[in-house]
Amino acid sequence: MMNDLLHSAPSLSNTLIFFALGASLLMIVLGFVTYAILAERKVMGFMQLRSGPNKVGGRFGLLQTVADVLKLLLKEDTIPKAADRPLFIIAPVLAFAPAFMVLAVIPFSDSLRFSDIGIGLLYYIAISGISTIGILMGGWASNNKYALLGGMRSAAQMISYEVPLVMSVIGIILITGSLNLIEIVDAQKNLAFIFVQPLAFIIFLIASTAELNRTPFDLPEAESELVAGYHVEYSGFRWAFFMLTEYVYLFAMASLTTVLFLGGWHPVPFLGFIPGVVWFAIKFSLVVFIMIWFRATLPRLRADQLMSFGWKVLLPLALLNIFISAVIKEIWF
Amino acid sequence: MIRTEEMLLNVGPQHPSTHGVFRIVLKIDGEIITDATPVIGYLHRGTEKLAEDLQYTQIIPYTDRMDYLSAMTNNYVICHAVETMMDMEIPDRAEYLRVLVMELGRVASHLVWFGTYLLDIGALSPFLYAFREREMIINLLNEISGARLTFNYMRVGGVKWDAPDGWIEKVREFVPHMRKELAGYHDLVSGNEIFLNRVHDVGTYSKEDALAYSLSGANLRCTGVDWDLRKQEPYSIYDRFNFNVPVTEKGDAWSRYQCRMAEIEESLKIVEQAVEQFPSEGAIMAKVPRIIKPPAGETYVRIESPRGEIGCYIASKGKKEPYRLKFRRPSFYNLQILSKLLKGENIANLITILGGIDIVLGEVDG
Amino acid sequence: MSNDQEKPFSEMTEAEKAEAKRKAIEEAKRKAAEKKAAKEAGDSGEVEATGGQPQNEMTEEEKSEAKRKAVEEAKRKAAERKSAKEAEDSNAASEASGEDEKAKAKAAAVAKAKAAAAAKKKAAGGETSEASGEDEKAKAKAAAVAKAKAATAAKKKAASGETSEASGEDEKAKAKAAAVAKAKAAAAAKKKAAGGGATGSGDDEKSKAIAAAKAKAKAAAAAKSKTATGGPAANDSEAFEEKPSPNQPILDKYVKVIKDNLGEEILEDSYINRLGKDVPTLVAKRESYYKLAEFLRYNEQLYFEYLSELHGTDFETHMEIYSHLYSYKNQQSVALKVKVDRDQPEVASLTPLWAGANWPEREAYDLLGIRFTGHPNLTRILMSDDWVGHPMRKDYEPYDVEV
Repeated sequence: MMNDLLHSAPSLSNTLIFFALGASLLMIVLGFVTYAILAERKVMGFMQLRSGPNKVGGRFGLLQTVADVLKLLLKEDTIPKAADRPLFIIAPVLAFAPAFMVLAVIPFSDSLRFSDIGIGLLYYIAISGISTIGILMGGWASNNKYALLGGMRSAAQMISYEVPLVMSVIGIILITGSLNLIEIVDAQKNLAFIFVQPLAFIIFLIASTAELNRTPFDLPEAESELVAGYHVEYSGFRWAFFMLTEYVYLFAMASLTTVLFLGGWHPVPFLGFIPGVVWFAIKFSLVVFIMIWFRATLPRLRADQLMSFGWKVLLPLALLNIFISAVIKEIWF
Repeated sequence: MIRTEEMLLNVGPQHPSTHGVFRIVLKIDGEIITDATPVIGYLHRGTEKLAEDLQYTQIIPYTDRMDYLSAMTNNYVICHAVETMMDMEIPDRAEYLRVLVMELGRVASHLVWFGTYLLDIGALSPFLYAFREREMIINLLNEISGARLTFNYMRVGGVKWDAPDGWIEKVREFVPHMRKELAGYHDLVSGNEIFLNRVHDVGTYSKEDALAYSLSGANLRCTGVDWDLRKQEPYSIYDRFNFNVPVTEKGDAWSRYQCRMAEIEESLKIVEQAVEQFPSEGAIMAKVPRIIKPPAGETYVRIESPRGEIGCYIASKGKKEPYRLKFRRPSFYNLQILSKLLKGENIANLITILGGIDIVLGEVDG
Repeated sequence: MSNDQEKPFSEMTEAEKAEAKRKAIEEAKRKAAEKKAAKEAGDSGEVEATGGQPQNEMTEEEKSEAKRKAVEEAKRKAAERKSAKEAEDSNAASEASGEDEKAKAKAAAVAKAKAAAAAKKKAAGGETSEASGEDEKAKAKAAAVAKAKAATAAKKKAASGETSEASGEDEKAKAKAAAVAKAKAAAAAKKKAAGGGATGSGDDEKSKAIAAAKAKAKAAAAAKSKTATGGPAANDSEAFEEKPSPNQPILDKYVKVIKDNLGEEILEDSYINRLGKDVPTLVAKRESYYKLAEFLRYNEQLYFEYLSELHGTDFETHMEIYSHLYSYKNQQSVALKVKVDRDQPEVASLTPLWAGANWPEREAYDLLGIRFTGHPNLTRILMSDDWVGHPMRKDYEPYDVEV
């Protein structure tokens, strides 16, 4: 259905359909975010000998995040007097919008996809970089030193880790000969790229964690150092936007990881009777779980270590991976 | 042209990593600290001034509020000072109870330090693990003293309450449990590459500096000074136990970490032995006059608290209130070296260094 | 170490001799007053005793004997010391001068604070404290009826113009009066004053003796065993005499090293603080405080590289800085004290020697108003910068009295 739509001629009804689809995807994503937060809290609670949310919405706290969001909506919207008002207001939007935009190119299953552009991977990486501007802007506009430091850290970190992130997937691009995410998934019909490109997977996982500002790379909002980093002055729904950005990126990055390395919606051999979407969800959840696991286990890196790790370890490894991939490609494919 | 300038950053008094109301004014160039000025006193309650109008027994609860993470040693230091002045013999059972609660308190204090230190460094879980064991200790101490943190347990001449039935057994069971969990902490944290990178060669100072700055406790022992008042100037009944004083050489945050973790083990050893030797009966209070009046004169005693050397100076005029009471608060002295250590470090290391010193603001401010 | 112990000890006794001699001379003068005071105090024992009855009985039966013994002992000792002292005249002279100075300092403090008036006031039974030493004792004795007696003595002395003498003697008399086990303590103290113990440890040893006596009185068995050997007081003081503090040789060593290098007059006083785990205590003169501290810090034989504690105390007649030093090299402690004028509290900072003295000195400045010259950053540390007054001073009036 989607494929037909994507190849149909533009028209008003198509626009409306796309809008409706986009809105529904947004709802799905928000639903995911709601429960991703809950899952994170539950999983971390489990790992930390606590029970996590367990009051609102029954035994498992199913409505906890909903209640949190409602609370955030009702909270007073404060803008510091000394803040740069327009920038302060636009920053969360600028951070959030790309997070949602990147979802457009992610193919969730054979039929459930919202676009089919040839440079899907490039699009993802290019668009996701825009969020950094939002974060930096928020940090600057807050007119708060912690926020500024957080924003600066964020910019430095995003730029540094974007490079190994892109480099690590070049091997896959070489092998598949395409930047189209659907084609990349199709290329994994028999063997997921995690087995073909294990080094790339590790680099990608690390770099994506850094891109997501998650522990152990949560320097921009390092609570114990910068209080809350770039969003220290934000409250209420503006703050929620930053949080949303973070979790939507978690969603997007986990999806991308699934697509690039775990074979997307392709089932594990002999279990083909389970629908592709379910497979996608399983693989995707696994990635999210690993991210949460990281968070519950690892301490935070220091800024200089982060930089030297990115440039001195990940980047050379990624280059090495490209080289090896090229050699393999020459010999076998 | 790019113009750069130094930025003044106030860390605290409300900040997640200052462990209380501590403020440090940083001059930073980017993230590099060029100057640091600690500002303290936000939690100053004038304990020493208040004590001048209080009888000795009445002062004890105030000491609970200084180092609230190991109030037992604070209790002890003032009792010990008065007992030293009055030349008192403390019954064995009381001494054993004191050692037990002090060592349990030391373990609890180091656990809090361990947890919060890792939290500062960005790891969330160890904090909760450490607090699980700490909670067990606190329950034990609660059982014997009736309070979780502000124990007010010791008295001049002994302790206030005897161990309830089965308490000793519970302590005995706690030791192997704690050992097991401690091994778990080491598995989780001590070998973690990120953690090691964060603490190695951070906040390093020499033995000479440590001595000049009057550091004590693990902050001193991490530079290779073998100094523990429990061993070197034994008080109470510490000479009856067989334990080591962990000493490390490098003087960086990692050395301090190692020291403290090893101290937990040593404290467990003491607890274990104290439980074995615990006299099955006996008084818990010496014969003490109803109103305690140390003879005129002055005394200064010092003991080993989890944070270092805690001392108590009493100038008495033979009355029931001290003429002058002064606590040597280890955190206060230990904190002095901070601004020296911070120059040239970045903000992340500020947290590592400050956490590594292990301060309790109630004690810093007195 | 045993070698060390021997030598400084003899040195020490030399040092004491000067005092001993003076004391012996005073002895006769003082004895009457003391005895009277002691007796008086003994009578009032019931009021003071917190320990219980046995004590009183004990003191009663001990008193006469003890006193007699003590007097004899003291005399004998004094004589001994005197003869031994003859050989060391030069030392004695300087020592005496040191003693004099101490007395003078004390006298000055008292005098400045209108000594005569104070003494008279005290004689009248008023508790207006002027001299801390006196005050301390006077108050301890407040419960005792002996106050009047001691006051009379004080007045007498004040009248005789021996202000300097007065403070010392008065103090002793009063301390004795204050004693719970009066007779015993008096004897012990007297003897110590006469020759035993450390040079200036009079007060503390006395109180120690008192404490010991108290404990003994309480622990009936122990006391009895001691009484069995006849003359508990004598026995007790003998014990003190025979076994001076184990740290005595250490103190002797310190004093010797200091005096050898910095001259005889550098120390105002030195004694063993029996109440404080027998820590050797040195009292510096204000002018040479820094010099002495520097010497303690860097001298190879002393090398106190660690400052364990530093704080100030307001003793109402004067301020005092107390610092506890430790030498990791030699595993020894020392307490260093210096008296500071209360109206002009100013003393050299130790921060250049021990970086760790920085904050404690700021604290002392903050809470007591003592100014440390040469301190790098002498600002308030615990109180807010705009705080009025120095809270730990005894005359501090809270800005907001309601609080």
